[in-house]
Amino acid sequence: MRLAFIARHSIAIALGAMFLCPIVFLALTSFMASDQTLTADLWPASWHPGNYAEVFARTPLPRYLLNTALYATGATLFMLLASVPAAYALSKLRWRGRTAIFVAIVCMMMLPPQVTTVPLYLMWADYGLTGSLWPLVLPMLLGDAFSIFLLRQFLLTIPDEYLDAARVDGCGEWRTLLRVVLPMARPGIAAAAMFQFFYAWNDYYGPLLYTSENESAWTLSLGLASFRTLHAVEWNIVSAATLLTMVPIVVVFFFAQKAFVQGVTLTGVKG
Amino acid sequence: MTTLAQRRRRDRLTVLSFMAPVLLGLLVFLVYPLVASVYFSFTTFDLVNAPRWVGLRNWEHLLQDPNVRTAAANTAWLVVVLVPARMLGALATGMLLARFKRGAGLYRTLFYLPALAPPVAATLAFVFLFKPGTGPVNTLLAQIGVQGPLWFNSPEWAKPSLVLLGLWGVGDLMIIFLAALLDVPKEQYEAASLDGANVAHQFRYVTLPNIAPVLLFAAVTGVIQTLQYFTQAAVAASVASGQATTGGGISSTFGYPEGSTFTYPLWLYVVGFRYGALGYANTLAVVLFVVAAAVTVVMLRRFRSFL
Repeated sequence: MRLAFIARHSIAIALGAMFLCPIVFLALTSFMASDQTLTADLWPASWHPGNYAEVFARTPLPRYLLNTALYATGATLFMLLASVPAAYALSKLRWRGRTAIFVAIVCMMMLPPQVTTVPLYLMWADYGLTGSLWPLVLPMLLGDAFSIFLLRQFLLTIPDEYLDAARVDGCGEWRTLLRVVLPMARPGIAAAAMFQFFYAWNDYYGPLLYTSENESAWTLSLGLASFRTLHAVEWNIVSAATLLTMVPIVVVFFFAQKAFVQGVTLTGVKG
Repeated sequence: MTTLAQRRRRDRLTVLSFMAPVLLGLLVFLVYPLVASVYFSFTTFDLVNAPRWVGLRNWEHLLQDPNVRTAAANTAWLVVVLVPARMLGALATGMLLARFKRGAGLYRTLFYLPALAPPVAATLAFVFLFKPGTGPVNTLLAQIGVQGPLWFNSPEWAKPSLVLLGLWGVGDLMIIFLAALLDVPKEQYEAASLDGANVAHQFRYVTLPNIAPVLLFAAVTGVIQTLQYFTQAAVAASVASGQATTGGGISSTFGYPEGSTFTYPLWLYVVGFRYGALGYANTLAVVLFVVAAAVTVVMLRRFRSFL
């Protein structure tokens, strides 16, 4: 038992070090002097924490941060509102056409983004919503194919007996979903929400398409990319900016992953 | 007492109340763009000129396009290698972390970090680590007496290097598998071990059936995402070739070295947004859609029990 414990942690630490490697490399680069970044050196010859101050001086980082947080939070909440009920109907209710609709939803993921871009952009331009983040957040109210698929697969792992028990007790379908299924599917829902949140946080294509013209609606990824172009040779500054944009989501993730653990204790009743 | 017809009607309304937003979404984000895309595949147009009907000309061109063949072969290679590699990597790390009681949060965050990095930044950092002459990886290999390959700069190693990059960012899939693994009822393991099942048996008869729906999800979305593989291939090629990483110059390095990383979406991008041949780009896109749909339907059929 003891041996297995040590073995497990050794493997995890070794793997963790490997996963961490390039991030450490990025961090070291962010402290270098500008000319050193073009050499093969890994260790900063002299330390320049001022690179981080440079980033703040050159970009409206707090503004980008606020926009990114609004986009990520809005998209996640809207996604859950539409996608959780749909995933429930697709996994736990029997109805004609269910398989066909499911396949159609999976098909939505197959359209390459470059293809749907032009018609959808023209549509949002008609509503006068380009130049804002609305074209990225509002569609989530109509569900997100990836999330519906993911949530559906998680709900399939919940035994039907629990739902039947609730129905026998006179619960309607909406109540069964809210009172029985939601608490049991917590790890799955937490995973889907996190995915949506981080996808939006790092999304570059969407904000580029819809907010380019209006800098006050820019997100971190967009600011970072334009920053990279403007200061292409200054790897130290770019590395610092990259790390700064990552810090908030790493913190969010560290606390969000506790939802999984809670999920386990709550679903302890299951099985 | 409600009649059967009344109940049926009510059930249909219930389903509709759950599905209504998504059904509308299907119309706006699937049916409409798809119909438009199929129509455009029979036209020629750019962002300045209006679409002009040319019949099957784009489709004939597609059959003779050598770039399509190269790009399709590279993309197929990635689907066959990258998707299973990522699934195995995610399952292995997920199962390792599922067994931790303390310290799990830190490990999860650590393993997930690369997936949290913006794809462009992650690819940049990774390519620098694997630089053939001066990169830390080859420096380290040299110290144990191994001559490291040229990685992203060698036609044979470029695609395997992209697989390594995919494995490094496996944290996103791991989180999904981890959530599924944590959901497997503990009682089933206890019952199995009482019946004398060893670890391999427990995996085969308890773990696998319980997480099968999530594995199917990973396989299907993995294939779809790999068919749309773009950012990492574009950035890795441009950084490894030593050219510009952004701006208009980026597509000049697509596929470096020797077309080994030239994927289908890269060709679609070049055709549509560099040559401005949006009609032909839509033809390429429709083909991609049809292939993805065919592969997905086969996979979903194979695992019909999860439908």
